[in-house]
Amino acid sequence: MRERTLDKGGTSMRLIDQADVQQRLDRLKDQDLYIHLEMTTGAYAAFIDSTKHPAATFITNAVIRYSHGSVSDQAPYRVGLKMVQGWVYSEGLTHYEEQETERLILAGHDGQGKLIVSLQLGREPF
Amino acid sequence: MERHILVVLPHPDDEAFGLSGTLAKYIQNGYRVTYACLTLGEMGRNMGIPPFANRVTLPAIRRKELEESCQAIGIDDLRLLGFHDKTIEFEDHRLLDGRIDDLIQEIRPSLIFTFYPGYSVHPDHDACGAAVIRTVGRLPADERPAVHCLAFAKNLEEDIGQPDVIQDVREFLQPKMASIRAHRSQFQAAELLGDHEYTSEEIRERFGTERFWTYPFGS
Repeated sequence: MRERTLDKGGTSMRLIDQADVQQRLDRLKDQDLYIHLEMTTGAYAAFIDSTKHPAATFITNAVIRYSHGSVSDQAPYRVGLKMVQGWVYSEGLTHYEEQETERLILAGHDGQGKLIVSLQLGREPF
Repeated sequence: MERHILVVLPHPDDEAFGLSGTLAKYIQNGYRVTYACLTLGEMGRNMGIPPFANRVTLPAIRRKELEESCQAIGIDDLRLLGFHDKTIEFEDHRLLDGRIDDLIQEIRPSLIFTFYPGYSVHPDHDACGAAVIRTVGRLPADERPAVHCLAFAKNLEEDIGQPDVIQDVREFLQPKMASIRAHRSQFQAAELLGDHEYTSEEIRERFGTERFWTYPFGS
């Protein structure tokens, strides 16, 4: 299936369906998961507009486990994952990969389609 | 020396705007080009409206785009070195320089293209150029290939002067535009190509010249 969507040059990123994402968060709780968490203004932010402050951060394939995860009610969405000793928090999420069965792929895109934030959870490394 | 060029750039699409015409020209003149691309640009941000990619699928999409761009230019030797986007400046110098040195020893290029370290805006660009300069700098002076650098920082000419290599690529705009268009995931952004169709005169004016700085190695 991934091959087929790739051949079309795309994926099935859809606007977040809050109830669907909540169900997926519930299915992934209480187990070791690989996380990719990212936020970025883009490397060219200050080059394009010198008043902008470029900032970016990502962590990829760290292992986490959460006991309670939820997504907020309204777009742009926030997700919070409660871990034994801390939290994962992400704001500004707009899209999710509808066709994924095992992983949760969330992203926030701005008005130009550029990725600003992403939160991904899966049982295998990304 | 063989008529072989080595290109070392960190991201798929780094070749498109500033270098593809020059490479097409060299290839038509009988040179062979090996393009070592350090990463798959897997942290790229342009995903389209609605998004046609996500963080998981983007590397495969960009790899295909890069292969299509190379085909357009005439490059038949593409090496994907497997480093991770945005991490080049943090890589172990021995590992990074070693991979570049292996390529230089294998290919024995007479000319290398890369980014001018310190004047290429993106940290990966600067770190890629710095690795090439370090590696070439370790070679005996009489064995060093020339290194022609891309640069586009603001006010760079105050520091490193005017570009000393000017390539007229007006005869190679067809492969160049095909290279740019191949990277369709990245170059739909308004700030790069604008919203309007370019007339061919505008394309010739805007894309017909590529500029490089020869890196000044000491002895």
